[in-house]
Amino acid sequence: MTTEALALPRSRAGGRIAAGIAQSKAVAVLAIVALIVLAWYAAVYPMNADLPSMPKEVPFAERFAAAYALDRPVLPAPHQVIAELWKTTVETRATSPRSLLFHGWVTLSSTLVGFALGSLLGIVLAIGIVSVKPLEKSLLPWIIASQTIPILAVAPIVIVVLGSIGLTGLVPKAIISMYLCFFPVTIGMVKGFTSPDTMQLDLMRTYSASGLQTFAKLRWPASVPFLFASLKVAVAISLVGAIVGELPTGAQAGLGARLLSGSYYGQTVQIWSALFASSILASGLVLAVALIERVTMRLMGARP
Amino acid sequence: MSAVAAPLAPPAASITARTLVATAATVAGMAAVATLAHRPGVAGNAPVWFWALVVALWIAAWGVNDRLTRLPLASGPSARARDVAVPVLFGLTCFFLWEVVCLGFGVPTVLMPPPSAILAKLAVSQATLVADFRQTFVRSVVPGWLLGSALGFAVALLADRVPFLRRGLLPLGNFVSALPVIGIAPIMVMWFGFDWHSKVAVVVVMTFFPMLVNTVAGLEAAGRLERDLMRSYAASWGTTLLKLRLPAALPFVFNGLKINSTLALIGAIVAEFFGTPIVGMGFRISTEVGRMQLDMVWAEIVVAAVAGTLFYGLIAMAERAATFWHPSYRRRRAA
Repeated sequence: MTTEALALPRSRAGGRIAAGIAQSKAVAVLAIVALIVLAWYAAVYPMNADLPSMPKEVPFAERFAAAYALDRPVLPAPHQVIAELWKTTVETRATSPRSLLFHGWVTLSSTLVGFALGSLLGIVLAIGIVSVKPLEKSLLPWIIASQTIPILAVAPIVIVVLGSIGLTGLVPKAIISMYLCFFPVTIGMVKGFTSPDTMQLDLMRTYSASGLQTFAKLRWPASVPFLFASLKVAVAISLVGAIVGELPTGAQAGLGARLLSGSYYGQTVQIWSALFASSILASGLVLAVALIERVTMRLMGARP
Repeated sequence: MSAVAAPLAPPAASITARTLVATAATVAGMAAVATLAHRPGVAGNAPVWFWALVVALWIAAWGVNDRLTRLPLASGPSARARDVAVPVLFGLTCFFLWEVVCLGFGVPTVLMPPPSAILAKLAVSQATLVADFRQTFVRSVVPGWLLGSALGFAVALLADRVPFLRRGLLPLGNFVSALPVIGIAPIMVMWFGFDWHSKVAVVVVMTFFPMLVNTVAGLEAAGRLERDLMRSYAASWGTTLLKLRLPAALPFVFNGLKINSTLALIGAIVAEFFGTPIVGMGFRISTEVGRMQLDMVWAEIVVAAVAGTLFYGLIAMAERAATFWHPSYRRRRAA
């Protein structure tokens, strides 16, 4: 205790800048990312050392360098993944099936369609649940219970059943995405629609506002923050749905197909680049929703 | 929502009795019509009167459910029974419609098998289902879930000790939870082989970050006042952790465990799409779908759903036992 109290003034006088840097979130995140990248680089050689494709009976330095430039490594080095990303996005025509932009677009389009449909369905269900009492009592428990089951296991059925009646490509994947992402929207919006408190509802009552007016002027605006919070979750799992939806069709197009064909042919660099691409896509989508949220909230008069 | 209770003309007891009789009649009717749908004259090309019966039952079920919701039950066991009965009746109606539509229109089983066929398949192929369950749930999901959650918890404790780590790890953990982590499945299958080891690895990675983020948030949950009190007792970090902050973090930890229970099942099943020995729920789903044996796929999904719900329920029960003091359990009664 006492030493701490004595030490306080010195640290205040001394490295205030150093302390400021250490307190910064960005610095901490960057430091940890740097650590991860370093650990990754350090792991590449030991992971790849026993591969038959490694050069034999050469000096250690050569073996060491070779581990970072293998064609099908167990663990590719980060720069190999980035080079592959660059090659398959910038240096390849976007229409070619070798381009990650092509595959990314295939996945993105079904993600967006599924996200839009799922959000719409989620909002409609939430409106039904808050306005029709029997629906709340009978539907809500099922919706909550369905959160506990691995819904993604249904994905192959949707793909195959719709495929056998002639629906292939975007629609089945969008349906899986829709199915996955309406849950968080429904739950969030039920919370949002019921978030106005008794005082506010009573005020609407003294205005003799109809149910529709209360909904339009009070419940709907009050639910917007909840809507965006659940949309951010929904868009991320919508992408997961689209990727998993691409698996059972046997690797035709899309980021999921890249993952699958990479694992068929042992193309680790391709798997990693598809993984990176889908992560970039996911963060881009969440960022886009966050951006729309900020603009909407500002337009609605929220103070930052 | 509204504090005004509607005035009731007849005594509440007779209304309750009438609703209960109507409920029983509707359920019996659904059972009868579902049996009727299996008759050779009805299955495949059901006559108009059959569909009229189905629609009438549907409307009856809806009406009964509406009545049940409106029953003037204040609280206690009868209200609790009602809160169970309403969703069960709704689910029964959905399964009834699924059954009669599949049978009445003669929907080919390669498109959509009726629930009765799925149940029959469940009974017939128990041995396969049990083997798949053992491979996926017992060997992959549970160890992966335990390991991933324990790792996340341990790193969260470490991050709590090292503030720099916490500032760096928390935004990263939030970021990773938005990523399609399931994509690491092919890599893990390549590294750890086709058997359960690779599935455990996928589950560990998937469950690590939610647990980390939840535990770190939970460790912040203890109030300022309580912490000051611990400080005035000159309690060490370990004592404060054990006596104050971990108990306060328990609801968050359980939240992480619950989220992870679903994630673990999804992770293990999807990882099996990338390669398995010839057993496992994900393997069975992907191969039987290829052979158009949809009743087997649905049977597997039923097993997964029951396992997932039980898993979740067990965690929820443990939570209730461990955090009985938490306001949400006291408030839930009133709400």
